[in-house]
Amino acid sequence: MPTETKKTKRRTRTEETIRQFRKNRSGMAGLILLLIVVFMCLAAPLFAPHDPSAGNLPQRLKPGIWSDDTPDDGVYLLGTDSQGRDLFSRILYGGRITLGVGFVALSIALAIGLVLGLSAGYFGGFIDNVIMRFVDIMFAFPALLLALVIAGTLGRGIDKAMIAIGITYSPQMVRVVRSGVLMIKEMEFIEAQHAIGSGHIRILLRHVMPNSLAPIIVYGTLMLATAILDAAALGFLGVGAQVPSPEWGLTLSASRQYLLTGAWWAATFPGIAILISVISLNLLGDGLRDALDPRLKGGAKL
Amino acid sequence: MKRYIAKRLAMLVLVLIGVSIITFVLVRAAPGDPAVNLAGQHANEQVLENIREKYHLNEPIYEQYFIWVEMVLQGDLGRSIASHDSVTSEISSRLPMTLELSIFAIIIAIVVGVLAGIISAVRQYSKIDYTVMFGALFGVSMPIFWLGIMLIYIFSIKLGLTPVQGRLDVGIELNRITGMYVLDSILTLNWTAFVNSVKHLILPAVALATIPMATVARMTRSSMLEVLRQDYIRTERAKGLSERAVIYKHAIRNALIPIVTVIGMNIGVLMGGAVLTETIFTLPGLGKYIYDAIMAYDYPVVQGFTLFFATVFVLVNLGTDILYGYIDPRIRYE
Repeated sequence: MPTETKKTKRRTRTEETIRQFRKNRSGMAGLILLLIVVFMCLAAPLFAPHDPSAGNLPQRLKPGIWSDDTPDDGVYLLGTDSQGRDLFSRILYGGRITLGVGFVALSIALAIGLVLGLSAGYFGGFIDNVIMRFVDIMFAFPALLLALVIAGTLGRGIDKAMIAIGITYSPQMVRVVRSGVLMIKEMEFIEAQHAIGSGHIRILLRHVMPNSLAPIIVYGTLMLATAILDAAALGFLGVGAQVPSPEWGLTLSASRQYLLTGAWWAATFPGIAILISVISLNLLGDGLRDALDPRLKGGAKL
Repeated sequence: MKRYIAKRLAMLVLVLIGVSIITFVLVRAAPGDPAVNLAGQHANEQVLENIREKYHLNEPIYEQYFIWVEMVLQGDLGRSIASHDSVTSEISSRLPMTLELSIFAIIIAIVVGVLAGIISAVRQYSKIDYTVMFGALFGVSMPIFWLGIMLIYIFSIKLGLTPVQGRLDVGIELNRITGMYVLDSILTLNWTAFVNSVKHLILPAVALATIPMATVARMTRSSMLEVLRQDYIRTERAKGLSERAVIYKHAIRNALIPIVTVIGMNIGVLMGGAVLTETIFTLPGLGKYIYDAIMAYDYPVVQGFTLFFATVFVLVNLGTDILYGYIDPRIRYE
């Protein structure tokens, strides 16, 4: 039909990107996997067969449905932990915390990255120099170690873990935002905005930022993957979420000692939950990169 | 090149000054009175005053910073609150263990990663290629603290092949020369200790190697694919060179150049990973020590170790950048 062809020719860039992304099978797989994980954690009360914090000591460390020894008062899909709590329910509720810490941490990094990166890239000169030297200094600290030290000095808890990881990831974000701005800044349509007398803030927010979003989305997704790994690592090391939180890293470290008694499930499944979430984000990030920035294609393709 | 190195060294000084300020502020920003932290909760006012005098805590904060920097420049990183041991000597006695672990991990990462990446690129879109890339995806997504625990469960608890923790079984004699047990046992021709220390080291090294191994494999693959598309490779093929010779004599050399950068980038991952692996496998290295110090609020140790780690990290990065320039003469730094 002639009207159809006309329509496809006038696709916007966003539509084109979505079309490109939908062709990317591993990227789509990542997106679907991520949506499933996030939905199950957000809607935990719908899926969790038991109260995640209700302990039942006589039923402690019982295996799941693969064994005959599983408790018979309801379904214990993945068995019980050292307090007799249903592991599957705890993992669903724990995901809210682990994924949430990673997400908030990334948002903090994004906020810092946008303010500093936009200013550095757009204004250039002295401001750029000061900001980027500071970023160089922050880069001198190994990531997880810096997060650990910050969380250690701030004290323990998920709020501190969020701030610590957020600060740790912000220099990377500043660089990503800045390089995006540098590419856009010299383009003619920005000059045109200057010519018609638009203010700096307006140009930055209305024109520069929306056009430099692609790398932010791609690297933001990939950084969220490692931020979640670090969130779980801080929980595991005891400076993030605290007992009795069902946070994945914490559950893992609390269940570790029972491996010796043969109760492998309590330490295994929280780790698998972390792995699945991080894999889905990495698949999604690689897929988005292929769709949004064809020049980078093939870099780390699955 | 000389001008570039000079410029980078000047930058290095600036970065190190910044690092020392941030480390100092970070540790000082910690809640609580530093004098109480040093003396303990039950110290009386006289003791606290003595401590403030001794550690210059009554001076203005910038004076304290300069006093600290002066100490650091003389090689004195302060003393642990808990054990009163000198931080500098703790670092030097624990460094060999962490170095040994890291070297093992880097070797595993390079050997496995490069081989997998080359095979993957040479046989692009084959089953092997997909398997390697899928493995690499798992590798970069791996919570290594979980992997370490799973390795212990499978190889130590279930199969009984490797020890659960530590560096050497009790009762095995070893002359410590360098502090790196595997190296020491080779130097003293002590095969019992050699086998035993390798057994202790293999699982933590594999856990620590996982993420770098995956990134090295990805990088090797893409850089190899890039090289295989070059004109000179087409020329080699056109003049009748066998595919083997093209790949092994000409392609690999150029494809391996970016690996230097990947390894430089991964040093930070290794340092963070060392904290996790040393904690899981109870290895008395730098990572375990800074972790214990953070948990015990032992600020002088945290301060000294953070500065040390950051300095090493910056130096390694500078080293790989310069090395890169020498390996690949096409790169000209401004």
